[in-house]
Amino acid sequence: MAHSTAASATAPGRSVWDGGTSPMGASYGKLMMWFFLLSDAFTFSGLLITYGLVRSAHPGYAGKIADFHFSTAHWPVPEKVFDSIPFYHGIPLPLVFVGFMTFVLILSSVTMVLAVEAGHRMDRKAVEKWMLWTLVGGIAFLSCQAWEWSHFIHGTDTPTIVKYFVNGQWISKEIFGANLHVNQYGPQDFADFFFFITGFHGFHVFSGVLLNFLIYYNTVTGVYNRRGSYEMVEKVGLYWHFVDLVWVFVFTFFYLV
Amino acid sequence: MAHHSHEPEVTVIPPDKAKIKLLWKTALILFIITMVEFLIAFTIPHEYHNARVFIFVAMTIVKAGYIVLEFMHLKYEVKVLFWSVLIPMIFVIWMLVAFVYEGMKISEINFLK
Repeated sequence: MAHSTAASATAPGRSVWDGGTSPMGASYGKLMMWFFLLSDAFTFSGLLITYGLVRSAHPGYAGKIADFHFSTAHWPVPEKVFDSIPFYHGIPLPLVFVGFMTFVLILSSVTMVLAVEAGHRMDRKAVEKWMLWTLVGGIAFLSCQAWEWSHFIHGTDTPTIVKYFVNGQWISKEIFGANLHVNQYGPQDFADFFFFITGFHGFHVFSGVLLNFLIYYNTVTGVYNRRGSYEMVEKVGLYWHFVDLVWVFVFTFFYLV
Repeated sequence: MAHHSHEPEVTVIPPDKAKIKLLWKTALILFIITMVEFLIAFTIPHEYHNARVFIFVAMTIVKAGYIVLEFMHLKYEVKVLFWSVLIPMIFVIWMLVAFVYEGMKISEINFLK
Protein backbone atom coordinates (compact mmCIF):
# COMPACT_ATOMS: atom_id res chain seq x y z
CA MET A 1 0.00 0.00 0.00
CA ALA A 2 2.21 2.78 1.35
CA HIS A 3 4.72 2.57 -1.46
CA SER A 4 6.17 6.05 -1.65
CA THR A 5 5.94 7.12 1.99
CA ALA A 6 9.03 5.12 2.96
CA ALA A 7 11.89 7.60 3.04
CA SER A 8 10.17 10.90 2.42
CA ALA A 9 8.57 11.25 5.86
CA THR A 10 11.80 11.08 7.89
CA ALA A 11 13.03 14.09 9.77
CA PRO A 12 16.61 15.25 9.04
CA GLY A 13 19.27 13.33 10.96
CA ARG A 14 16.98 10.36 11.50
CA SER A 15 17.21 7.13 9.56
CA VAL A 16 14.16 5.41 8.11
CA TRP A 17 14.85 2.65 10.61
CA ASP A 18 14.39 4.95 13.64
CA GLY A 19 10.65 4.41 13.68
CA GLY A 20 7.59 6.30 12.57
CA THR A 21 7.89 5.22 8.95
CA SER A 22 7.66 1.88 7.16
CA PRO A 23 11.04 1.41 5.46
CA MET A 24 9.83 -1.63 3.55
CA GLY A 25 6.73 0.16 2.31
CA ALA A 26 4.45 -2.68 3.34
CA SER A 27 1.97 -3.18 6.15
CA TYR A 28 2.91 -5.33 9.14
CA GLY A 29 0.70 -8.21 8.03
CA LYS A 30 2.01 -8.27 4.49
CA LEU A 31 5.61 -8.09 5.67
CA MET A 32 5.07 -10.97 8.09
CA MET A 33 3.48 -13.00 5.29
CA TRP A 34 6.62 -12.43 3.20
CA PHE A 35 8.92 -13.55 6.00
CA PHE A 36 6.73 -16.53 6.81
CA LEU A 37 6.93 -17.54 3.15
CA LEU A 38 10.71 -17.13 3.23
CA SER A 39 10.89 -19.52 6.19
CA ASP A 40 8.48 -21.89 4.45
CA ALA A 41 10.74 -21.76 1.39
CA PHE A 42 13.58 -22.92 3.65
CA THR A 43 11.47 -25.87 4.81
CA PHE A 44 10.63 -26.93 1.27
CA SER A 45 14.24 -26.39 0.20
CA GLY A 46 15.28 -28.69 3.04
CA LEU A 47 12.99 -31.42 1.74
CA LEU A 48 13.94 -31.00 -1.92
CA ILE A 49 17.67 -30.73 -1.20
CA THR A 50 17.55 -33.89 0.92
CA TYR A 51 15.82 -35.54 -2.03
CA GLY A 52 18.69 -34.34 -4.24
CA LEU A 53 21.26 -35.73 -1.79
CA VAL A 54 19.61 -39.15 -1.49
CA ARG A 55 18.92 -39.36 -5.17
CA SER A 56 22.48 -38.59 -6.18
CA ALA A 57 23.67 -41.10 -3.58
CA HIS A 58 21.78 -43.87 -5.41
CA PRO A 59 22.79 -45.29 -8.78
CA GLY A 60 20.66 -43.98 -11.63
CA TYR A 61 19.18 -46.17 -14.34
CA ALA A 62 21.96 -46.69 -16.89
CA GLY A 63 20.31 -48.76 -19.64
CA LYS A 64 18.07 -47.86 -22.57
CA ILE A 65 14.78 -46.16 -21.66
CA ALA A 66 12.80 -48.68 -23.73
CA ASP A 67 14.15 -51.53 -21.57
CA PHE A 68 13.42 -49.75 -18.29
CA HIS A 69 12.10 -51.93 -15.48
CA PHE A 70 11.37 -51.20 -11.82
CA SER A 71 14.05 -52.41 -9.44
CA THR A 72 15.29 -51.48 -5.99
CA ALA A 73 18.79 -51.48 -7.48
CA HIS A 74 18.40 -48.17 -9.33
CA TRP A 75 16.50 -44.92 -8.95
CA PRO A 76 13.41 -44.98 -11.20
CA VAL A 77 12.99 -42.75 -14.27
CA PRO A 78 10.05 -40.55 -13.16
CA GLU A 79 8.24 -40.56 -16.51
CA LYS A 80 8.02 -44.36 -16.21
CA VAL A 81 6.43 -44.12 -12.77
CA PHE A 82 3.97 -41.31 -13.46
CA ASP A 83 2.53 -42.38 -16.80
CA SER A 84 -1.18 -42.88 -16.11
CA ILE A 85 -4.28 -40.76 -16.36
CA PRO A 86 -7.77 -41.62 -15.05
CA PHE A 87 -10.04 -43.79 -17.27
CA TYR A 88 -7.21 -44.87 -19.59
CA HIS A 89 -5.94 -47.91 -17.79
CA GLY A 90 -2.85 -49.53 -19.26
CA ILE A 91 -2.15 -46.80 -21.81
CA PRO A 92 1.21 -45.17 -21.06
CA LEU A 93 0.81 -41.39 -21.15
CA PRO A 94 3.93 -40.19 -19.35
CA LEU A 95 3.66 -36.98 -17.32
CA VAL A 96 0.37 -35.95 -18.95
CA PHE A 97 -1.63 -35.99 -15.72
CA VAL A 98 0.98 -34.16 -13.68
CA GLY A 99 1.26 -31.63 -16.52
CA PHE A 100 -2.47 -31.07 -16.27
CA MET A 101 -2.12 -30.54 -12.50
CA THR A 102 0.61 -27.95 -13.12
CA PHE A 103 -1.64 -26.18 -15.57
CA VAL A 104 -4.55 -26.14 -13.08
CA LEU A 105 -2.37 -24.63 -10.37
CA ILE A 106 -0.92 -21.95 -12.68
CA LEU A 107 -4.46 -21.01 -13.78
CA SER A 108 -5.67 -20.75 -10.20
CA SER A 109 -2.69 -18.49 -9.51
CA VAL A 110 -3.83 -16.20 -12.33
CA THR A 111 -7.39 -16.05 -11.00
CA MET A 112 -5.96 -15.25 -7.55
CA VAL A 113 -3.88 -12.36 -8.86
CA LEU A 114 -6.98 -11.09 -10.68
CA ALA A 115 -8.87 -11.22 -7.37
CA VAL A 116 -6.09 -9.19 -5.74
CA GLU A 117 -6.25 -6.68 -8.58
CA ALA A 118 -10.03 -6.42 -8.19
CA GLY A 119 -9.54 -5.91 -4.45
CA HIS A 120 -7.30 -2.92 -5.09
CA ARG A 121 -10.16 -1.41 -7.05
CA MET A 122 -12.68 -2.22 -4.26
CA ASP A 123 -14.63 -4.25 -6.83
CA ARG A 124 -16.45 -6.71 -4.57
CA LYS A 125 -18.29 -8.57 -7.34
CA ALA A 126 -15.06 -9.22 -9.26
CA VAL A 127 -13.23 -10.37 -6.10
CA GLU A 128 -16.07 -12.83 -5.44
CA LYS A 129 -15.92 -14.17 -9.00
CA TRP A 130 -12.16 -14.64 -9.10
CA MET A 131 -11.95 -16.09 -5.57
CA LEU A 132 -14.55 -18.65 -6.57
CA TRP A 133 -12.48 -19.67 -9.62
CA THR A 134 -9.37 -19.87 -7.43
CA LEU A 135 -11.25 -22.19 -5.08
CA VAL A 136 -12.32 -24.36 -8.01
CA GLY A 137 -8.69 -24.57 -9.16
CA GLY A 138 -7.43 -25.50 -5.69
CA ILE A 139 -10.05 -28.20 -5.18
CA ALA A 140 -9.41 -29.58 -8.68
CA PHE A 141 -5.69 -29.81 -7.91
CA LEU A 142 -6.33 -31.60 -4.60
CA SER A 143 -8.67 -34.07 -6.30
CA CYS A 144 -6.05 -34.82 -8.94
CA GLN A 145 -3.49 -35.38 -6.24
CA ALA A 146 -5.81 -37.76 -4.40
CA TRP A 147 -6.08 -39.83 -7.58
CA GLU A 148 -2.33 -39.66 -8.15
CA TRP A 149 -1.62 -40.90 -4.61
CA SER A 150 -4.19 -43.65 -4.85
CA HIS A 151 -2.67 -44.84 -8.12
CA PHE A 152 0.85 -44.68 -6.70
CA ILE A 153 -0.19 -46.65 -3.61
CA HIS A 154 -2.01 -49.38 -5.54
CA GLY A 155 0.70 -49.84 -8.15
CA THR A 156 0.91 -51.37 -11.60
CA ASP A 157 -0.63 -54.60 -12.94
CA THR A 158 2.62 -56.54 -12.72
CA PRO A 159 4.46 -56.73 -9.41
CA THR A 160 8.13 -56.04 -8.79
CA ILE A 161 10.12 -58.80 -7.10
CA VAL A 162 11.87 -57.30 -4.09
CA LYS A 163 14.40 -59.17 -1.94
CA TYR A 164 14.28 -58.74 1.84
CA PHE A 165 16.73 -59.89 4.46
CA VAL A 166 14.53 -61.47 7.16
CA ASN A 167 15.75 -63.57 10.12
CA GLY A 168 19.15 -64.19 8.60
CA GLN A 169 18.02 -65.17 5.11
CA TRP A 170 17.00 -63.53 1.85
CA ILE A 171 13.38 -63.86 0.83
CA SER A 172 11.67 -62.60 -2.35
CA LYS A 173 8.31 -60.88 -2.32
CA GLU A 174 5.98 -59.64 -5.03
CA ILE A 175 5.35 -55.98 -4.36
CA PHE A 176 2.47 -53.97 -5.81
CA GLY A 177 2.52 -50.20 -5.36
CA ALA A 178 4.21 -48.34 -2.56
CA ASN A 179 3.84 -47.10 0.99
CA LEU A 180 6.31 -46.12 3.72
CA HIS A 181 7.42 -49.76 4.13
CA VAL A 182 7.51 -51.20 0.62
CA ASN A 183 8.04 -49.69 -2.83
CA GLN A 184 7.69 -51.42 -6.17
CA TYR A 185 9.07 -48.49 -8.19
CA GLY A 186 12.61 -48.38 -6.83
CA PRO A 187 14.55 -47.75 -3.62
CA GLN A 188 12.35 -47.25 -0.55
CA ASP A 189 13.56 -43.64 -0.23
CA PHE A 190 11.87 -42.81 -3.53
CA ALA A 191 8.41 -43.63 -2.20
CA ASP A 192 9.12 -41.99 1.16
CA PHE A 193 10.15 -38.74 -0.52
CA PHE A 194 7.15 -38.90 -2.82
CA PHE A 195 4.77 -39.07 0.13
CA PHE A 196 6.62 -36.47 2.21
CA ILE A 197 7.25 -33.86 -0.47
CA THR A 198 3.99 -34.04 -2.42
CA GLY A 199 2.16 -34.61 0.86
CA PHE A 200 3.66 -31.54 2.50
CA HIS A 201 2.88 -29.51 -0.60
CA GLY A 202 -0.63 -30.97 -0.79
CA PHE A 203 -1.22 -29.97 2.83
CA HIS A 204 -0.17 -26.43 1.90
CA VAL A 205 -2.69 -26.48 -0.95
CA PHE A 206 -5.35 -27.74 1.45
CA SER A 207 -4.62 -24.92 3.95
CA GLY A 208 -4.61 -22.51 1.01
CA VAL A 209 -8.08 -23.65 -0.05
CA LEU A 210 -9.35 -23.11 3.51
CA LEU A 211 -7.81 -19.62 3.64
CA ASN A 212 -9.20 -18.81 0.19
CA PHE A 213 -12.64 -19.89 1.34
CA LEU A 214 -12.34 -17.62 4.38
CA ILE A 215 -11.44 -14.70 2.10
CA TYR A 216 -14.32 -15.54 -0.21
CA TYR A 217 -16.73 -15.72 2.74
CA ASN A 218 -15.54 -12.40 4.14
CA THR A 219 -15.84 -10.77 0.73
CA VAL A 220 -19.39 -12.05 0.23
CA THR A 221 -20.46 -10.91 3.70
CA GLY A 222 -18.97 -7.48 3.01
CA VAL A 223 -16.30 -7.53 5.74
CA TYR A 224 -13.65 -5.96 3.51
CA ASN A 225 -16.03 -3.35 2.14
CA ARG A 226 -16.81 -2.24 5.69
CA ARG A 227 -13.11 -2.32 6.55
CA GLY A 228 -12.41 -0.19 3.49
CA SER A 229 -9.51 -2.40 2.39
CA TYR A 230 -9.08 -5.71 0.57
CA GLU A 231 -5.51 -6.21 1.77
CA MET A 232 -6.37 -9.62 3.24
CA VAL A 233 -6.96 -10.85 -0.33
CA GLU A 234 -3.44 -9.73 -1.16
CA LYS A 235 -1.87 -11.47 1.86
CA VAL A 236 -3.60 -14.78 1.25
CA GLY A 237 -2.83 -14.28 -2.43
CA LEU A 238 0.88 -14.22 -1.60
CA TYR A 239 0.48 -17.57 0.17
CA TRP A 240 -1.43 -19.05 -2.75
CA HIS A 241 1.23 -17.96 -5.27
CA PHE A 242 3.87 -19.46 -3.02
CA VAL A 243 2.07 -22.81 -3.16
CA ASP A 244 2.15 -22.55 -6.96
CA LEU A 245 5.82 -21.58 -6.82
CA VAL A 246 6.71 -24.63 -4.75
CA TRP A 247 4.84 -26.87 -7.18
CA VAL A 248 6.97 -25.52 -10.04
CA PHE A 249 10.04 -26.80 -8.18
CA VAL A 250 8.44 -30.10 -7.13
CA PHE A 251 7.38 -30.63 -10.74
CA THR A 252 10.93 -30.15 -12.02
CA PHE A 253 12.85 -32.02 -9.35
CA PHE A 254 10.44 -34.88 -8.80
CA TYR A 255 8.81 -35.44 -12.17
CA LEU A 256 11.15 -34.09 -14.86
CA VAL A 257 14.75 -34.52 -13.73
CA MET B 1 -21.88 -10.76 12.01
CA ALA B 2 -22.87 -7.14 11.66
CA HIS B 3 -25.74 -7.62 9.28
CA HIS B 4 -27.78 -4.72 10.52
CA SER B 5 -24.88 -2.32 10.32
CA HIS B 6 -25.10 0.17 7.53
CA GLU B 7 -23.11 -0.79 4.38
CA PRO B 8 -20.64 1.97 3.48
CA GLU B 9 -20.65 3.60 0.08
CA VAL B 10 -17.74 2.15 -1.91
CA THR B 11 -16.58 3.60 -5.19
CA VAL B 12 -15.41 0.89 -7.54
CA ILE B 13 -12.44 1.94 -9.65
CA PRO B 14 -12.71 0.67 -13.26
CA PRO B 15 -10.21 -2.07 -14.21
CA ASP B 16 -6.84 -1.13 -15.68
CA LYS B 17 -6.85 -3.07 -18.97
CA ALA B 18 -3.06 -2.92 -19.45
CA LYS B 19 -2.41 -4.36 -15.97
CA ILE B 20 -4.83 -7.26 -16.47
CA LYS B 21 -3.36 -7.95 -19.91
CA LEU B 22 0.11 -8.18 -18.36
CA LEU B 23 -1.17 -10.79 -15.85
CA TRP B 24 -2.67 -12.98 -18.58
CA LYS B 25 0.51 -12.56 -20.62
CA THR B 26 2.55 -13.80 -17.63
CA ALA B 27 0.25 -16.81 -17.36
CA LEU B 28 0.69 -17.52 -21.08
CA ILE B 29 4.49 -17.38 -20.70
CA LEU B 30 4.33 -19.84 -17.77
CA PHE B 31 2.12 -22.14 -19.83
CA ILE B 32 4.44 -22.01 -22.85
CA ILE B 33 7.54 -22.71 -20.73
CA THR B 34 5.81 -25.75 -19.20
CA MET B 35 4.91 -26.99 -22.69
CA VAL B 36 8.52 -26.57 -23.83
CA GLU B 37 9.64 -28.54 -20.77
CA PHE B 38 7.39 -31.37 -21.91
CA LEU B 39 8.80 -31.18 -25.40
CA ILE B 40 12.34 -31.41 -24.01
CA ALA B 41 11.40 -34.29 -21.69
CA PHE B 42 10.46 -36.37 -24.74
CA THR B 43 12.85 -35.11 -27.42
CA ILE B 44 16.26 -34.88 -25.74
CA PRO B 45 17.28 -38.49 -24.99
CA HIS B 46 18.05 -39.52 -21.41
CA GLU B 47 21.70 -40.14 -22.34
CA TYR B 48 22.20 -36.36 -22.18
CA HIS B 49 21.22 -36.33 -18.52
CA ASN B 50 23.28 -33.31 -17.47
CA ALA B 51 22.06 -31.20 -20.39
CA ARG B 52 18.45 -32.11 -19.53
CA VAL B 53 18.93 -31.23 -15.87
CA PHE B 54 20.56 -27.92 -16.78
CA ILE B 55 17.74 -26.93 -19.13
CA PHE B 56 15.01 -27.98 -16.69
CA VAL B 57 16.58 -26.09 -13.79
CA ALA B 58 17.11 -22.98 -15.93
CA MET B 59 13.47 -23.02 -17.10
CA THR B 60 12.25 -23.58 -13.55
CA ILE B 61 14.16 -20.52 -12.38
CA VAL B 62 12.60 -18.47 -15.20
CA LYS B 63 9.13 -19.69 -14.19
CA ALA B 64 9.83 -19.01 -10.50
CA GLY B 65 11.01 -15.53 -11.48
CA TYR B 66 7.76 -14.71 -13.26
CA ILE B 67 5.66 -16.01 -10.35
CA VAL B 68 7.59 -14.14 -7.67
CA LEU B 69 8.18 -10.90 -9.57
CA GLU B 70 4.82 -10.52 -11.34
CA PHE B 71 2.22 -12.60 -9.48
CA MET B 72 3.64 -11.94 -6.02
CA HIS B 73 4.37 -8.38 -7.07
CA LEU B 74 7.89 -8.42 -5.61
CA LYS B 75 9.28 -6.49 -8.58
CA TYR B 76 7.21 -3.46 -7.59
CA GLU B 77 8.05 -3.53 -3.87
CA VAL B 78 10.61 -1.33 -2.11
CA LYS B 79 14.21 -2.44 -2.80
CA VAL B 80 14.88 -3.30 0.86
CA LEU B 81 12.01 -5.78 0.88
CA PHE B 82 13.03 -7.16 -2.51
CA TRP B 83 16.58 -7.94 -1.37
CA SER B 84 15.69 -9.14 2.12
CA VAL B 85 13.58 -11.83 0.49
CA LEU B 86 16.03 -12.76 -2.26
CA ILE B 87 19.43 -12.61 -0.51
CA PRO B 88 18.68 -15.38 2.06
CA MET B 89 17.99 -17.73 -0.86
CA ILE B 90 21.75 -17.66 -1.62
CA PHE B 91 22.17 -20.02 1.34
CA VAL B 92 19.65 -22.39 -0.20
CA ILE B 93 21.52 -22.46 -3.50
CA TRP B 94 24.79 -23.20 -1.70
CA MET B 95 23.05 -25.90 0.37
CA LEU B 96 21.72 -27.52 -2.82
CA VAL B 97 25.14 -27.56 -4.50
CA ALA B 98 26.88 -28.88 -1.36
CA PHE B 99 24.39 -31.64 -0.66
CA VAL B 100 24.09 -32.94 -4.21
CA TYR B 101 27.90 -33.05 -4.40
CA GLU B 102 27.93 -34.89 -1.07
CA GLY B 103 25.39 -37.37 -2.45
CA MET B 104 27.57 -38.11 -5.46
CA LYS B 105 30.52 -38.79 -3.15
CA ILE B 106 28.37 -41.16 -1.04
CA SER B 107 27.40 -42.91 -4.26
CA GLU B 108 31.06 -43.36 -5.22
CA ILE B 109 31.86 -44.94 -1.86
CA ASN B 110 28.80 -47.18 -1.67
CA PHE B 111 28.48 -48.44 -5.19
CA LEU B 112 32.04 -48.68 -6.52
CA LYS B 113 32.38 -52.25 -7.64
